[in-house]
Amino acid sequence: MFKNVGEIVLLYWNTLLALPFAWRHRQKVFEQFFEIGNASLLMVCLLSFFIGAVIALQTGPVLVERSLGSAVGGVVGIAIAKELAPVMMAILIAGRIGSAMAAEIGSMRVYQEIDALRTMNIDPIQYLVLPRLLAMAAALPLLVIFSILVGWFGGAVVAEANSHMGIPYETFFSDLRSIVDTGDVANGVFKSFCFANIIGVISCHQGLVTLGGPRGIGRSVTKAVVNSIVVIVIFDYILTRILLK
Amino acid sequence: MTTTDNHTAHGVSLQVKGLRKSFDGQEVIKGIDFEVKPGEIFVIMGPSGSGKSVLLKHLIGLEAPDAGEILVNGEPVASGEIAAKFRVALVFQSGALLNSLTVGENVGLYLREHRLKPPEEIDRIVAEKLEAVGLKDTMDKMPSDLSGGMKKRVAIARALVIEPQLIFYDEPTSELDPLSSVVVGDEILHLNQRTGVTSLIVSHDRDLAFGIASRIAVIAEGRILTIGTPEQVKQNANPLVQKFLNADFKRKNENE
Repeated sequence: MFKNVGEIVLLYWNTLLALPFAWRHRQKVFEQFFEIGNASLLMVCLLSFFIGAVIALQTGPVLVERSLGSAVGGVVGIAIAKELAPVMMAILIAGRIGSAMAAEIGSMRVYQEIDALRTMNIDPIQYLVLPRLLAMAAALPLLVIFSILVGWFGGAVVAEANSHMGIPYETFFSDLRSIVDTGDVANGVFKSFCFANIIGVISCHQGLVTLGGPRGIGRSVTKAVVNSIVVIVIFDYILTRILLK
Repeated sequence: MTTTDNHTAHGVSLQVKGLRKSFDGQEVIKGIDFEVKPGEIFVIMGPSGSGKSVLLKHLIGLEAPDAGEILVNGEPVASGEIAAKFRVALVFQSGALLNSLTVGENVGLYLREHRLKPPEEIDRIVAEKLEAVGLKDTMDKMPSDLSGGMKKRVAIARALVIEPQLIFYDEPTSELDPLSSVVVGDEILHLNQRTGVTSLIVSHDRDLAFGIASRIAVIAEGRILTIGTPEQVKQNANPLVQKFLNADFKRKNENE
């Protein structure tokens, strides 16, 4: 395990050192960015709407019962912006995109394509890891902003439609605005940026260390997703503690 | 890549001294010494599991030896450095084409990634190299659309683009029918004659070795049994060498 952690940190460091070459690989960054957005947007939309809806459903009636109906918008707003959108989207992207990255790089490793790159003096970190990490670091925060907006909307719909709450949209969003500020959204977006780096580097690392044939690729994909989720949850606590006002 | 121009290749010499390598306590390479002269076609032959592929990985810098050294033009080359110091190409047994790129993109990859030529010039070079290996209409095809022999020829075209000083071939005729084997063998020979590139081939194909090699080394169990011209190797009295060179099907021998 410590060897893996060391390798991942080293891979991340080497990828950061390759940053000056990012402009040269902009086409690949754009392709990966498009791939991430294209593969996830609908799923993000659906997931976020229902997360917002269920949070409103779980907290709204309890708060209204205690004459705290004006807090519903704030609770849903904060929960989604600071916690649920970044974490849930990170988990979704780890499963949807991290797995695909590990599989693609793993297959390239198994079928000697990475060796072929090395023999042509093409650095696999620059060619494969850097564009994926950059695309992930750009795409996930944008997806999270989108997710926050859709999640709030989901919460507002339920808060209005549910007979136990019946909070109008205007009231919901006005309550939300009075509690949630730009800093809270920035907090969630910053967390998602960190999670994007975690997913990118863990998935690429798992791909690069793949051994064996198809079974090895399958193992790498599973490890990439599971390890990403575990590290995301641990870092979520650490980042929340650091960013706590 | 220190050499950024793409001019005609001139072969370099390759020297291997006392190379040793073990995996999990089992010695796979047991002290190998040989020299390949500039412009030579040197074939390393041996049965499966004799250490040929491991030796090749050391030469190209994908593995680090436990002991011994590799010198290119008399200069020691540490593991992983060879591709940065010299124009070196490896034609993989599987071709190792990047499956997500078209044939044309694969062939032009080296020039594009190192920004050695403008895009139009790269397209022209790619078309020229593909034509040289008889695959001029495959530029926009994906590697998955090609046969095994075609993939190997694309891999050779990709190597040609580098204008290598030293080119390694890993089992270039394995999985090929006899006609495709001859085409690939001729291609290796023509490339060598045209550019003077030093060629090192790892293969167990006796026809290929005796058809195109300047010199042959026979390797078994991690050691070199003999090195010499094809005639000298044929006449070598070592029983393992003779057994490998004369292996044939039993029924055919009985019929004779």
